[in-house]
Amino acid sequence: MPRVSIEKRVEDVPRWMPAATSIFAVVAAFVIVGIILRLMGGEPFTVARFFWDATFGSWATFSDTLVKATPLTLVGLACTVAFTMRLWNIGAEGQFYMGAFFASLVVLIPIVPPESPRILVILIMVVMGLIGGALWGFVPGVLKARFNVNEIITTLMLNYIAILWNNFWIFNTWSDAGFQMTPTFEKSAWLPRLSDLARQYPFFSGMTLHGGFVIALIATVIVWWVLKYSKWGYEIKLIGDNKEAARYAGINIARNIILVFMFSGALAGLAGMIEISGVVHRLQERISPGYGFTGIIIAWLAKLNPFAVVLVSILFGALIVAGREIQPSGLASLIQGIVLFMVISSEFFLRYQIKFVREEEPGIEEVRTA
Amino acid sequence: MNFEIILHSGLATGTVLLFATIGEIFAERSGILNLGVEGMMLLGAMAGFATSLAVGNPWIGLAAAMIAGGILSLAHGLVTIHLQADQVVSGLALTFLGTGLALVLGEGLTGQNPPLIPSFDIPGLASIPFIGPIFFQDHSLLVYIGLIFTPLAWYYIYKTRPGMHLRAVGEKPEAADTLGINVYGLRYFYVFVGGCLAGLAGAAISLSISPGWYSAQTTSGQGWIAIGLVIFAQWNPLTAALGAYGFGALRRGILDLQGPPTLLGFTNPLYVNSNYGFFLQMTPYILTIIAVIIGSRAATRQRLGAPAALGEPYIRGERGL
Amino acid sequence: MNNNPELYAVEMENIVVRFPGVLANDHVNLTLKKGEIHALLGENGAGKSTLMNTLAGLYRPTSGTIKVFGQRVDFGSPGNAIEKGIGMVHQHFMLVPTQTVTENILLGLKEPRFFMNLTKYDQEILELAEQYGLRVDPAAKIWQLSVGEQQRVEILKTLYRGANILILDEPTAVLAPQEIDEFMKNMRLMVDSGKSIIFISHKLHEVNEVADRVTVLRKGVVTAEGVSMEGLSKRDLAELMVGRTVVFAVKKKPQQPGEVVLSVKDVFAENNKGVTALKGVSLDVRSGEILGMAGVSGNGQSELAEVITGLRECSGSISVNGQEMANKPPITAIKSGVSHVPEDRTHVGSAPTMSITENTIMKCYRIPPVGSRLSIDFDSAEKLAIELKDEYDILAPSVKTEARKLSGGNLQKVILAREISSDPQLMIAVQPTRGLDVGAIESIQSLLLEQREQGTAILLVSEELEELMALSDRIAVIYEGEIMGIVNADEADVDEIGLMMTGAHAEDLV
Repeated sequence: MPRVSIEKRVEDVPRWMPAATSIFAVVAAFVIVGIILRLMGGEPFTVARFFWDATFGSWATFSDTLVKATPLTLVGLACTVAFTMRLWNIGAEGQFYMGAFFASLVVLIPIVPPESPRILVILIMVVMGLIGGALWGFVPGVLKARFNVNEIITTLMLNYIAILWNNFWIFNTWSDAGFQMTPTFEKSAWLPRLSDLARQYPFFSGMTLHGGFVIALIATVIVWWVLKYSKWGYEIKLIGDNKEAARYAGINIARNIILVFMFSGALAGLAGMIEISGVVHRLQERISPGYGFTGIIIAWLAKLNPFAVVLVSILFGALIVAGREIQPSGLASLIQGIVLFMVISSEFFLRYQIKFVREEEPGIEEVRTA
Repeated sequence: MNFEIILHSGLATGTVLLFATIGEIFAERSGILNLGVEGMMLLGAMAGFATSLAVGNPWIGLAAAMIAGGILSLAHGLVTIHLQADQVVSGLALTFLGTGLALVLGEGLTGQNPPLIPSFDIPGLASIPFIGPIFFQDHSLLVYIGLIFTPLAWYYIYKTRPGMHLRAVGEKPEAADTLGINVYGLRYFYVFVGGCLAGLAGAAISLSISPGWYSAQTTSGQGWIAIGLVIFAQWNPLTAALGAYGFGALRRGILDLQGPPTLLGFTNPLYVNSNYGFFLQMTPYILTIIAVIIGSRAATRQRLGAPAALGEPYIRGERGL
Repeated sequence: MNNNPELYAVEMENIVVRFPGVLANDHVNLTLKKGEIHALLGENGAGKSTLMNTLAGLYRPTSGTIKVFGQRVDFGSPGNAIEKGIGMVHQHFMLVPTQTVTENILLGLKEPRFFMNLTKYDQEILELAEQYGLRVDPAAKIWQLSVGEQQRVEILKTLYRGANILILDEPTAVLAPQEIDEFMKNMRLMVDSGKSIIFISHKLHEVNEVADRVTVLRKGVVTAEGVSMEGLSKRDLAELMVGRTVVFAVKKKPQQPGEVVLSVKDVFAENNKGVTALKGVSLDVRSGEILGMAGVSGNGQSELAEVITGLRECSGSISVNGQEMANKPPITAIKSGVSHVPEDRTHVGSAPTMSITENTIMKCYRIPPVGSRLSIDFDSAEKLAIELKDEYDILAPSVKTEARKLSGGNLQKVILAREISSDPQLMIAVQPTRGLDVGAIESIQSLLLEQREQGTAILLVSEELEELMALSDRIAVIYEGEIMGIVNADEADVDEIGLMMTGAHAEDLV
């Protein structure tokens, strides 16, 4: 009578397994949500059909999906970089807002006159976005490096502080006629969009996909190269795997904590800048529906692989686009929670395998590894 | 700026943080880091509110809140104890889950008026000069429970056998295991306790201290503040209480700064321009960062710190599950 | 099988214990007579700890039977074994550092049920301790105790629970020669008062001294079962352990050491607990010489290795080839040609989920051919790893295999290959052969001697006196952070060194 036994894996995990567990997690989450919907009196299959139509059904909706995927990719990359070193950057949301704020300063102060060529304005906005995010990553980085302060709490607190900081300037100094937002920025601060080409190519009319998507793809390649081939990437991976070994190997841990946090923050800040320049075209109260937190899930689901981050971001972008119409609002958070839970539960099978063992086997079964 | 009012308020709002913090202390003492406190609190707030509304009884609402928090935390327990998943990520997933559930199931609760936990004076003690009005006058029952719960929790952890086993499981689970203590079982139990207390803290908000349901604004990050306070308190319920009440008092004090036209002889900027209030709203979060810095420095100095096995799954040798 | 069941305290028959990928115990038989000291001998990895962990209830055997005092038992947990009077003292202590001796002893018991009145129990334990000659302060916290004292606490734990059968796993690994004598006396005391003891060891001379009978395990199989010690020589035992005629001495060529490479002067340093671990240590190591460092673990050796390699702060001077190293970060030592084979090969010396290749380049990834200005040439790295894998005979499926999948010996070879391939001026090797089987030990000892011949200066820290005597040119003895004396290995006398290891100064011994 065979007995089920759960044993630790000895051989390497088959290459397809990590991706398979992620896919399984997403599918399982969808199934669970479908069940919840049915229990609440909804129609899961109609919802699924609607979901598809709203996200990938036409080029126009696909463009919408990619627009949402753009900031998600950058925030996902930010979390990927930090998590590779086992730095828990939960503050991508705050770094996003600070990046948005700093980028907006280019127009609000202004740092360059509004008549300046578009390429100059956008370039400076990119730089400011990176600086804003990096600054907001620097703070928790230095606290951890110097005082070993738990970065989960500091980055979280800084999220709230960044949003409040933003609110002050929107409500008080740069408010547009008393509304909670600044006036719309001039065209020189807008990232180019597909719909700009509508006169020449009517196909593109109404499509809001903008240059930020290209920036996000470039960032993906850069992050991939840094982590895979650069000396710094090797150091980051080593610190994440075994901090003591990294120290023994002569790597400066404290400096890397700060630099990686700044790198991660900069990426999130860039996402903020892109949302300002590519989508909302003003500084306002709610720019992000929780991108920073979704980024955490994206990074984990993508198993810290930059290219997978792009794919997962498109999926989650679709969720957001479809979710605009679907009530209730907490559903997005719920789905995210279920997906993440499924992912980490399925990781169990990467470490252990299920075996069917027959009792009383004659002879010796395995040879010991040397 | 009335100090009596500030301290009184500190005790009231601090009670919420107290329950959440001490709950997390129990979980972390057993070796399990549970970052899902915010989600469990929100779920507890909603569950308590909704149940009290549906049944007409706030006590049953409280019980429902505790059960909700407890059950949710068991999911975290299963994933981290038996499936050995990363405790940080699981805790975050729990936050999403708890928050999502609370928001989805709590649709339509805003503006409702269920029966609440009563507030009252403690006769006799309320008349003591200075201390009386602050500690024993016009407080929710939960505040009084909190005052008794704190020293009991302290005594339990440090002076009793179950407390000794709890500490052993969090410091060196192998030692406990070889002596026949059920490490897995105890960890499940204390994670559950932590979840119940987080749920209680949430219900304390919605059914008592700041009654009502305001979606995510109901808790507005207090779960995270509680986790920070655990570090500040160095895993000791007494210092946790100190931190929680102090935090509450500081928040009230800073809020009151907006009122008077002049402060120490200078014009009060907050009185002039209410937008400066945004900076005031930052104070709880800045305070939490400071609290965590203080806690970390104390730990380094005294070579103390977290329970040694905190955050690491316990695997017994090469034995199967 | 046995006519008189009352004679035997423990009978283990046909025990099979299987783990994923490993057959740890293959139909093992072992019997323990009442009132005897039974040695369980075998090299590292032979399956001794596994067998005893099974007896102690930590593992369930895949098949086979266990009888205790004639009664068949099936332990589902350590608690069951404790109930039957079996107590185990593990090699790595199972003590809670932040709790007191008394608390640790009371852990897991039913009395007292809820309220802990410790002073009453402090007294009880003090009396128990005195009964068996195990001096310890019940109110002290474990982290404050020395290793020898902690061991006494572990033994008291078992005695307090009424253990009649004691299993001691490598008990003398942490003791100095003189402490070992005291420990042996205590074992006799316990046996005389009716206890039965199994002690696990890989040290032949101890087994020789104190055991009544011995069982030898080799690669999970019994090669000698309950053999009386009479008439058995160390050579016989060694052969039973390893399966071939063992040559005890590795050949060391006599050579003249060269210039001073490492110069340590007057170094003071603290350990992680804030206690002074090094008190004015001074020594020199010359090129082409091995300076062995003898001493019981915990007397400052780890800290000394750390201050030299930049992992710990200190006061005083440390210079390598004239360059001052003290308090400079590890990268300075690495760039100055200092190699370090660390004590902890899994938690410090390697990155567990990274491949052999990635582990191999840990020290050389910054420089060509592996490292260029910004990036790493992984083709070059792989080539290097493959070269080293062949040269050092590292057994693994490929260089892409994760480090944590390697056996102790192979992992150590990867580390040694890495440290040697950088062509160091100075090598600090701390317990390099700890926990390895004889084959691996011989390889690594040969590698060290090879380096010595090529002119590397080597500081070798080891707990095994025999190893130090065989490999070193000179031997320094460290005790409580002070160098007690430095002697030439050829003239060294084991007793003399043993006395220095427990606090006697060299001058006082002449």
